[in-house]
Amino acid sequence: MSSTDVESEPSTAPPASMKTSGRRIGDSVFSYLSVGSGVLIFLTLAAVAIFLTSESMPAIIASQEFAGTAEFSLIQTALPLIFGTVLASAIALIIAIPISIGIALFISHFAPRRMAAGLGYMIDLLAAVPSVVYGLWGGLWLVPRMEPLYVFLNTYFGWIPLFGGDPTAPMRNLASASIVLAVMVLPIITAVSREVFLQTPRLQEEAALALGATRWETIKTVVLPFGRSGVVAASMLGLGRALGETMAVLMILAPGATFSLHILEVGRHNSIAANIASKQAEASGVDMSLLIFTGLVLFVLTFIINALARWIVARSGPKS
Amino acid sequence: MSSSTSVQTPLSVRSTDERRLPWYHLIFTGLAGLLVAVAALSIAGALSVASAILLGFVLHLLFGWTYSLVREGPRWAMDRLVTLLVIGAFAVSMFPLLSLLWSVISRGMTRVLAAKPDVLSFWTSDMSGIIGGADAGGVFHATVGTLLITLWASIISIPVGLFTAIFLVEYADQGWKRTLGKGVTFLVDVMTGIPSIVAGLFGLAVFIAFMPDQSVRMGIMGAVALSLLMIPTVVRNSEEMLRLVPMDLREAAYALGVPKWLTIVKVVLRTAIAGLTTGVTLAIARVIGETAPLLLTVGMVTSVNWDMFDGRMATLPTFINQQYRNGNANCMSETVTNPVNQEIYACSISTNIDRAWAAAFTLIVIVMVLNIAARMISHYFSPKLSR
Amino acid sequence: MKVRKNKLVSLAALGLVGGLALTACGGGAEEGNGGSAGSDNGGAEAGGYAELTGNLAGSGASSMQNAQTAWTESFMGLVGAEGGDLQVTYDPTGSGTGREQFLSGQVKFAGTDAALDEEELAASTEQCNGEQAFNLPVYISPIAVVFNLEGVEALNLSPEVIGGIFAETITNWNDPAIAELNPDATLPDLPIVPVHRSDDSGTTENFTEYLSENAPDAWPHGPIETWPIDGGQSGDGTSGLISAVEGGNGTIGYADASQAGNLGTAAIQVGEEFVPFSSAAAAKSVDVSPREEGRAENDIVVSLDRTTTEEGVYPIVLISYLALCGSYADSAEGEAVKAYASYIISEDGQAVGEQNAGSAPISDELRTEAQAAIDGITVG
Repeated sequence: MSSTDVESEPSTAPPASMKTSGRRIGDSVFSYLSVGSGVLIFLTLAAVAIFLTSESMPAIIASQEFAGTAEFSLIQTALPLIFGTVLASAIALIIAIPISIGIALFISHFAPRRMAAGLGYMIDLLAAVPSVVYGLWGGLWLVPRMEPLYVFLNTYFGWIPLFGGDPTAPMRNLASASIVLAVMVLPIITAVSREVFLQTPRLQEEAALALGATRWETIKTVVLPFGRSGVVAASMLGLGRALGETMAVLMILAPGATFSLHILEVGRHNSIAANIASKQAEASGVDMSLLIFTGLVLFVLTFIINALARWIVARSGPKS
Repeated sequence: MSSSTSVQTPLSVRSTDERRLPWYHLIFTGLAGLLVAVAALSIAGALSVASAILLGFVLHLLFGWTYSLVREGPRWAMDRLVTLLVIGAFAVSMFPLLSLLWSVISRGMTRVLAAKPDVLSFWTSDMSGIIGGADAGGVFHATVGTLLITLWASIISIPVGLFTAIFLVEYADQGWKRTLGKGVTFLVDVMTGIPSIVAGLFGLAVFIAFMPDQSVRMGIMGAVALSLLMIPTVVRNSEEMLRLVPMDLREAAYALGVPKWLTIVKVVLRTAIAGLTTGVTLAIARVIGETAPLLLTVGMVTSVNWDMFDGRMATLPTFINQQYRNGNANCMSETVTNPVNQEIYACSISTNIDRAWAAAFTLIVIVMVLNIAARMISHYFSPKLSR
Repeated sequence: MKVRKNKLVSLAALGLVGGLALTACGGGAEEGNGGSAGSDNGGAEAGGYAELTGNLAGSGASSMQNAQTAWTESFMGLVGAEGGDLQVTYDPTGSGTGREQFLSGQVKFAGTDAALDEEELAASTEQCNGEQAFNLPVYISPIAVVFNLEGVEALNLSPEVIGGIFAETITNWNDPAIAELNPDATLPDLPIVPVHRSDDSGTTENFTEYLSENAPDAWPHGPIETWPIDGGQSGDGTSGLISAVEGGNGTIGYADASQAGNLGTAAIQVGEEFVPFSSAAAAKSVDVSPREEGRAENDIVVSLDRTTTEEGVYPIVLISYLALCGSYADSAEGEAVKAYASYIISEDGQAVGEQNAGSAPISDELRTEAQAAIDGITVG
């Protein structure tokens, strides 16, 4: 517990005026610590933003857009990477969110009570697996095994742009990376959704059941409305992880820099983070600065998406 | 509480001839689905275990729903369908977990157990003197590094994160604090999205700015970079948990004249301790395996460094990455000699990849132990208020 | 089964160590390395190692990381055996960063895929006690053209064909151009999947330099560090590339020969014959190449002759240099650098590199010149 526990005496004490000074000191110290931590968050984030901007200045100044002479263009460098990052994360979320809600409901409302804790723990294990291990697993184990599915999708559903194109083995494509990303964000979304679903007021649920509702009807009318904002928040957490995930994408995806929608084709996409990780080893000077600029772009991107998500949460109305 | 009126609407239509079937009917419909799937796939010539399970599950949804519709009516049929779907969702998520754990255990644990000279020497030895394809070496140095750096990251993040959460829940209720609170909530959301590699760049820049030596790499730099990733997770999870503590409890404490800070410590935190522990565990789980920030900040060494403030450190994630990137080793003869102690090892082409898997296994074991410990703490401290 | 065998080996090793510990010195220790010589520079310098103390930090190219690990560990082993206490570290930060850190004095030596140029040499006097820095070629790595093609074990390729494959103008394995070079092989009707490095690397640069000098028509993109063609299979780092090649069928890529593993490697057409890669053939490519002009006597930079038609030369190689100062102000540091650099170029050091990193040992002639350059370093 907290170290402030030393003065635990007043907890049992009657509300006497003698204790007022001790209370005031404790209260103000606690208040300062709390407010200070809040302010620290501000400062840290400001420091990150300032640093990223100042370090990417050399690239911005030397770029085509500003100097007009350089070999590289900020926009041409960043746009395909943004596209790849967003596409990969979007597909990962599309896969992960329904499954996560399903798992969360399964653990909170369907599984036998005695098993629920154990099952929840198994999902938490997925969150505990380090990204570099996901990379190892995805690159060495998953990619060859996904090939038949991709070939199937490409052959029979090739008319959908997403599955079109000409995939070649090994399938180190955006789809594989997205699947691994989905597995990585799944436990995060599940864990938060599950907690929220479990907090549904017991009385409401019991009332619904007593009225003869099936389990699904109870969930649809009581649990899901109660948990909606929690699920949105959980998905945001997942999105944050998917957007910035480096190692898994780096170890699975054969990168490229196009605006192709063909997620089964290799060498078409790349994510900002994986690009930084792969290029940073041999980058210095303006090249490094350009990489930091893409990092800044990623930072801004997550900023916008988070702001958007918050706006959606606000619009859907506060729950209590 | 607002939705209580809507609950009744769909329930008003109750048919009297509805009859529940025992659960084991699901097994029959499941078997039927699987059989039809196998039959259809063998006719199409695309039979495999994965495709049979996949198609079988889809058919099971259809069969189970139809069967239930006929025998139990539409409402229970829907319930059956959803039950099958959520079980399916869980099964789908177990698949990568089991296959991943199997990969790590079959390739990693084998290497740990096959270590020489004794069974666990992979965990007790480091990489000094291990060159080329030598089938030896271990992760003691990397394990120490990972534990130290994560510990320091936690020492920085947990108080800051917890106090920020307390500020948001308990103090940011009026005036300028309310405004600050809104800003902090927003910024924490943004921080959640900070890419790990950017956190690494930040950790690097902070120290380079204040150090004369530009090539400085220390454990504490990694801890600072990791804190940047850990703080928002701690804040978010803790805030969520603190908000769930019923207002009644606080008001009861205030009514008894307990000061606010003591109410927070003794009532709010104690009530929420189970959730807080889970939240902190998840936060640790997120950072303990982070690779990208450590790549930039702590460097790599081959032997143990206990000092967080001086010298490079090895960590398990960067070690895995390094060994994976080393790829196949070069073996020109059967054996390799350790130049430091002159021991002779067998040479193995796959030694680097084997070490990567074994280190991955080690990392996962550490995380699991942490998780179990957190569960036990949360179980032990948790007040038995809710389910 | 493997476990048991390895245990036996280590038990045997323990026994050996007991015997060797008394004889301690270099000659006995090298037996396990398969190195034959014990009487060269390594042995001659033996007396000096006891005096070495402190830390010696280097950084630079990741290409020579495996070799540097082997060198630093072996060297520290030798120093430790004679009672010295020296820590040598090599940080694979990349060539560019390595040179930067060297020129700003953060590290005392650097490994780099591109030798320090005139400007950098001029700038080096500031950190190098008034003297200029210089380059030594210490790491010669053959780049193998690796392929994974079911039913085909050996493959002969000409520069034009390789260029065509990687420029994606030759797209099928049964292309007449490939069949012509391989009359004995049964080439399948299978699309060729060329795999390139997705990160910027010296390997790509050397490989494309070779292509553009030998087959400028087939490979019109010139020598480049970043792959010029959109799309296609790629891998991050050598290991990523190798696993991409291993993961497909009909794949072909280029990688440090040491990591080719079980993949097939192509024999390259030089003149009229086809040369499979080998350390000796790669080393020869350096021997037949002239020194770069306009450099100081001690500044040994090779201008690789990629278009040579000399017999038995494997022309696709990567050379990494060691950048050293002409003078070190700190005498302990200077002595440590001299001893370490001498060790790297010694027959032992190069054998350790070949053994553990698959590099090609430098020739005796080059060694003599390099040793002279190292001896010329002034200290204090």
